[in-house]
Amino acid sequence: MRTRWLALILWAWTCAAVVPPARAQSPTPPPNDDCLACHGDPSTTRADGRSVAVAPESFAKSVHGTLDMACVDCHADLAKTTEFPHPDRLAPVNCATCHEDAVKAFDASVHAAARQGSGSTGATCVDCHGMHDILPKSDPQSRTYHLNVAATCERCHTASAGKGAKPVGSAFEDSIHGQALKRAGLLVAPNCASCHGAHEIRTKDDPKSRVFRTTVIGTCTACHAGIKPQYDSSVHGQAAAAGNKMAPVCSDCHTAHSITAVDADRWQLAIIRECGTCHEQSLRTYRDTFHGKVTELGFTRVAKCSDCHGAHGILPASNPQSLISPERRLTTCQKCHAGANENFAQYDPHADPHDRERNPVLHGMSIFMQVLLAGVFTFFGMHTLLWFPRSWQARRARRHRDEPPPDANPPADAAAGEE
Amino acid sequence: MAHAEGERYFRRFDRYNRGLHLALMISFLGLAATGLPLLFSGVPWAARLSRLFGGFETAGVLHRIFAVVMLTTFALHVGRLLVRIVARGENLLWGPSSMVPQPRDVHEFVGHVRWFLRRGPRPAFDHFTYWEKFDYWAVFWGMAIIGGSGLMLWFPELFARVLPGTAFNVALLVHGEEALLAVGFIFTIHFFNGHFRPEKFPMDPVIFTGVVPEEELRDERPGEYDRLRREGRLESLIAAAPTPGMRRYGYIVGGLALTTGVFLLVLILRAVFY
Repeated sequence: MRTRWLALILWAWTCAAVVPPARAQSPTPPPNDDCLACHGDPSTTRADGRSVAVAPESFAKSVHGTLDMACVDCHADLAKTTEFPHPDRLAPVNCATCHEDAVKAFDASVHAAARQGSGSTGATCVDCHGMHDILPKSDPQSRTYHLNVAATCERCHTASAGKGAKPVGSAFEDSIHGQALKRAGLLVAPNCASCHGAHEIRTKDDPKSRVFRTTVIGTCTACHAGIKPQYDSSVHGQAAAAGNKMAPVCSDCHTAHSITAVDADRWQLAIIRECGTCHEQSLRTYRDTFHGKVTELGFTRVAKCSDCHGAHGILPASNPQSLISPERRLTTCQKCHAGANENFAQYDPHADPHDRERNPVLHGMSIFMQVLLAGVFTFFGMHTLLWFPRSWQARRARRHRDEPPPDANPPADAAAGEE
Repeated sequence: MAHAEGERYFRRFDRYNRGLHLALMISFLGLAATGLPLLFSGVPWAARLSRLFGGFETAGVLHRIFAVVMLTTFALHVGRLLVRIVARGENLLWGPSSMVPQPRDVHEFVGHVRWFLRRGPRPAFDHFTYWEKFDYWAVFWGMAIIGGSGLMLWFPELFARVLPGTAFNVALLVHGEEALLAVGFIFTIHFFNGHFRPEKFPMDPVIFTGVVPEEELRDERPGEYDRLRREGRLESLIAAAPTPGMRRYGYIVGGLALTTGVFLLVLILRAVFY
């Protein structure tokens, strides 16, 4: 007896899940063929001339078509209509009837928020998923198939599209992630939704966003798992965890959309300047060294910040594990300078000639050199300035002597110029 | 400067010294052109000039080749000095033929400044003037300081066996600053004293042709002219007038060197006042 009741309840649940409630409410729902009698004709238009045609075969192939759903399952207000042709304006389709969670997530998104404001048209369900031709995201033809998502987003997020959408344009397409998707066709490469989410996309300033400063670390390390322990133990990771807003997170160094391979020259040179946005003094003193000058000229085959300090696992010099700790510094130098010894490793790669405390000898030599240069150029500069007019006179006097002028009366000052 | 037909010429620089000056000049310009991009790495022309030499690695190789040429030139000069002084017993340590600064240089300097200020006659300069001696010893100083620091930076691992690491910080600073002093001095003061001052403008080819016309010797170095005549040695220094080919060579090579130097000077000034 009890099992029979259970079976009945189960059957009722199944009906409720599979059969949309709209159909249940209508005693005589019009079959799809009735609708297609008009809407199946490609030339069908509304009173204002807009096409209202539906391609029957593309609906048949869609995820909703393959579930044998009726037109009135979505266009619910037509389920009870008996007068045809029906009025021009229908109630908007409510996807939440079935896709409650997705729409709830969407309602919290920047796209939904944009629709609240005037003039802005944030994307809705149909902008990303399509309308009658919606395909499941597992279908390579789908707008939401992993490799197609970027193109779907870029329909709005280009410089030309406007509509209040922030342009991403070619930045992502040219990035290592974009290239992995587009050229290598990698399903493991992230598309827009991998970082931003799909329905609940929030702005990066929103603490609940997947790309908020501190949250983005978890978003990146969801794939780059091996980096997480390194970063978490580093000075930067520790500071970020402690709530220091100045501490760099993944996107500060790698950027958000323009992420490039770390062996690209342009990035290797740019990251030096990036480190210098916080470490100003270190960048300045680095630029005084051979390493810093060569990289400033645009060449990368010399030590850059990360060659000595590391990248994700940067530790303070006081930590014996640090690449620049007294214990490990020589080994770090020897990565490039194979014959380096203890003396060599005492070279100060961030020496500051202005800092008497840190580099007393260098400071003294710097002052000596400045005095020497100023002295020599001042002395000989004055010597030259004084000599010039007299040399000019001497030249004129010689010319007069070589070719005596007709009046044979040389200028008095030129004559005085001769001894 | 056209000189009268049949004018007498006197030898000032022999073939050996002219050769050394040519080698010094070429290596100096080469070192300056390949080194300045690093010294002024932050300005736009530096990267362009560095790429012109095929990148910093090729520029570095060229810089070292020019350095070897310059150090060899220096060694050849010092070697010949030793031969002349020790083997031949020539008096090069004192007197008018010596580069050693002497009391007369102080007198001539004071006299020259007095002449600048119209307070006295132009000094009767002899074979080497005080500003020529300064140029000469500046090369010695530069060779020791820039050459020494350059070798340290070339072979840091070798020098680190005996020197502390901070010595390389000093070497890098000194190498750049001294080089700036050297190129700045040569491209302004030496160019003016030797070539650009109105009496010489646009250039004095004597370092290329080796000979000086009698009138010029008498005008500019009356002390030497009178002394040689007194000693009866004037005639022994008479040399053939430079051939047209020799004269052309002097003006072309000298002109190219002066142009290169002025071009580099403009780049330096642009970088300093950037």
